[in-house]
Amino acid sequence: MARPFTPKVITANALLEGDAIWLTADDQWTRVMSEAELIEDEAHGDLRMLFAASQAHVVVGPYLADAKAGENGPEPVHFRENFRTTGPSNYAHGKQVEL
Amino acid sequence: MYHYNDFDQDFVQERVSQFRAQVERRIDGSLTEDEFRPLRLMNGLYLQLHAYMLRVAIPYGTVRPDQMRMLATLAEKWDKGYGHFTTRQNIQYNWPKLADVPDMLDALASVGMHAIQTSGNTIRNVTADHFAGAAADEIADPRPVAELLRQWSMDHPQFQFLPRKFKIAITGSPNDRAVTKAHDIGLRMVEKNGEPGYEVVVGGGLGRTPMVGKVIRDFLPQADLLPYVEAVVSVWNILGRRDNKYKARIKITVHEHGIDKIRELVEEEFAQIRPQFTGVDQALLANIQSQFTTPTFRTAPVEGYLAERDANPAFRSWSDTNLSDHKAPGYAIVSVSLKRHGATPGDASADQMRVLADLAETYGHGDLRISHEQNVILPHVHKSDLPAIYAALRDADLHTANIGLISDIIACPGMDYCALATARAIPVAQEIATRFDELKLEHEIGALKIKISGCINACGHHHVGHIGILGLDRAGVENYQITLGGDGTETAVIGQRAGPGFAYDQIVPAIERLITAYLELRTDEEETFLEAYKRLGVAPFKTALYPEEKANAA
Ligand code: HEM
Ligand code: SF4
Repeated sequence: MARPFTPKVITANALLEGDAIWLTADDQWTRVMSEAELIEDEAHGDLRMLFAASQAHVVVGPYLADAKAGENGPEPVHFRENFRTTGPSNYAHGKQVEL
Repeated sequence: MYHYNDFDQDFVQERVSQFRAQVERRIDGSLTEDEFRPLRLMNGLYLQLHAYMLRVAIPYGTVRPDQMRMLATLAEKWDKGYGHFTTRQNIQYNWPKLADVPDMLDALASVGMHAIQTSGNTIRNVTADHFAGAAADEIADPRPVAELLRQWSMDHPQFQFLPRKFKIAITGSPNDRAVTKAHDIGLRMVEKNGEPGYEVVVGGGLGRTPMVGKVIRDFLPQADLLPYVEAVVSVWNILGRRDNKYKARIKITVHEHGIDKIRELVEEEFAQIRPQFTGVDQALLANIQSQFTTPTFRTAPVEGYLAERDANPAFRSWSDTNLSDHKAPGYAIVSVSLKRHGATPGDASADQMRVLADLAETYGHGDLRISHEQNVILPHVHKSDLPAIYAALRDADLHTANIGLISDIIACPGMDYCALATARAIPVAQEIATRFDELKLEHEIGALKIKISGCINACGHHHVGHIGILGLDRAGVENYQITLGGDGTETAVIGQRAGPGFAYDQIVPAIERLITAYLELRTDEEETFLEAYKRLGVAPFKTALYPEEKANAA
C-alpha cells in the first residue's frame, strides 16, 4: 500500500551562491522558506518537480522536503531542513543574519 | 622547505585555467550539473548544506608562512574571514561563491597550493606526523617520502578512477601521531640492521565499517617503496568492488580475500613492476630530501624561559600541556590550540593565520604544520622564545592550554555544514569544552581524546576516540551514540559501542557521568581514562552512562 502523501516543499541549492532556496507558487526561487509553495497533492508535486528539473541553469539538486503549514507559510518538519532555513548553529551566520 | 618544480607549477596553473572555463560554461548553461559535478569535485569543490565548500590540500600538513598568509587572504577575500582545518590536514572554506572559486585557485597556485585530488576516487592528500622533522622520538623525517608519494600519485593516469578514495599516511616515529593504522596504506619508518625501510600496513579505515589495518610487509627496503605501493594500489584497483560503493575500499578487499592472499598478489605484481623502477625515483627522493634540510638550531640559555615559568602560572600551565619534546637541545615543539573553550574546533580566523605565519617566520624557522587533530604546530622553537610566543598567542586568543585534554576535541563539520550529516557535531564539542572548563576539571582529568562525527562516515575519527561520539538521526531527532576505548596510535583499537544513544540535550550530561565515574574509579592521577577503561572493561562505565537501566533491573 502506498504511503499517504504528506505536505512538501521543493527546495534546492542556488547555482551561484550554493545556498538553500525554495520554489514559490509563481515559479520563483526564494531564500525564505515561508514564501515557498506548500504542496499537498502528490500529482501536483510531480508536476512541480518537473518544473524544478527544468531550472538547471539556476538551481542544483532540487528535491521534495517534508513541510507543514505554519502561521506565515510553510515550516520545516525535519531538523535538517530547519538548519537550511537558518544556517549553521555554531556561529550566527548564514541565513539567520543575511535575511 | 619544499617548493614546487616548474612541472608541478605549470600543471597546477593549467588545471586552474581549465576549471575557470568549466565554471564559465556551467554558469552560462552549456554544462549541466551532471556534467559539471565530477569536474568541480576533481578540483576540490563540493556543494554543502548552505554553500559551496572548497577543500585545499596541505600535503603532509606542512605550510610555509607565505602560504599561510595566502590561506588567510582567501578566508578574508572570498569567505567569511576564517578557514576550517580538518583531520586530513586540509583546510576547508565553507562559503565560497561559484564564480569566485577560479580566482581562489589562482591565488593558491601563486604559492604552490591547490585543491587537486582532495575529492574523488583518487589517491588523496598524503598525511604525515605533524611533528615530522622535529620530534625527539623520530627515526627519520617522513616528509620527503610523503612528497615523493605526492608527486607519484598526482595525476597518475592509472589512479584517477579507482574503485574509491585512497588514503596514505606515514610516520617516522614509533609513537604514531598520524593514525597510520586507520588508513588504506599506513607506512611506519623502521630500521633493520642499519638499513632504512618501512613497515607497510594495509586495509585500515574508519567510516561505516571501521577496521584496523594489517601488516602486509614488516620490512620493505626504502628503494622498493614506490613499486610496492603501486603494486598494492594496482591489485586493489583490479580486485576492489565497484558494484557497491560501501564495499569498494581496500579494507573490504583485504577482509574478503584475507591478508595472505592480498600479500601474495601484491608480491606477484611487485615482482613484475619492480624492474621498471630504474632508480629514477630514488634520485628524485634524494633531490626532495635536499630541500627538507634540518634548520640550523642555535644554542642559547633557557633561564628566561624557566624564570617565566616560575613567575607566570598561566604560562606554566600552557607550556606543560602545549609543548612536546624536540630532538634539538633547548628546543620545543609548540602545539597551538584551535580549541578555545566554546570555539569551533579547527577554525582559525584570517588574523590568527597571519599571527601564526609571523610567529613561524620570527621564531620558528619558517615552518608550520596542521595536525590531524585540527591544531597548528610550530615545530621548531627555541625555549628562550616561548615567553614572547605565548604573549603573541594570548593577544590573538590562541593561548588555550588544552592540548591532549578533554576540550581538545576533533569534530567534523556535521549537520551545521555537511550535506551528508545525520546530526550536528560542532555544538556538542563546544558544549563539552565549555562544561568541563566551567567545572575546572580539565587538567585534573588529564589525557583524554574525545572525537565526534556527524554521521557514519566518521570524518571526526570517533571510532578511535577514547570517547567517541557519533551523531545519528532517530526519527527526525538528533541522537548520539557513544563508543569507548578507541585508540588511534600505534596500539590502534576501534572503540566499542556503549549502548543506546542519547538525545541532544542528554549527551553532555552523559559525558559528565562518564568522566565522574572515571575520576572515582582510577587508581591514582597517573591512570588515564583509556588505561582505566582497559583495566576495568566497559561495565562500570555503562553503569555510569545508564543509571536508570540498572535501577529498573533491580
Ligand atoms: C564536509 C564535506 C565532507 C564530505 C562530503 C565527506 C565525505 C566523506 C565520506 C563519504 C566518507 C566515507 C568514506 C568511506 O568510508 O568510504 C568520509 C570519510 C572520512 N572523511 Fe570526510 N567528508 C567531508 C568532510 C570531512 C572533513 C571536514 C574531514 C576532517 C575533519 C574529513 C575526513 C574524513 C576522514 C578522516 C574519513 C575517514 C574514513 C576513512 O577514510 O576510512 N571529511 N568522508
Ligand atoms: S562524518 Fe559525516 S557529517 Fe561529518 S563531515 Fe564526514 S560526511 Fe560530513
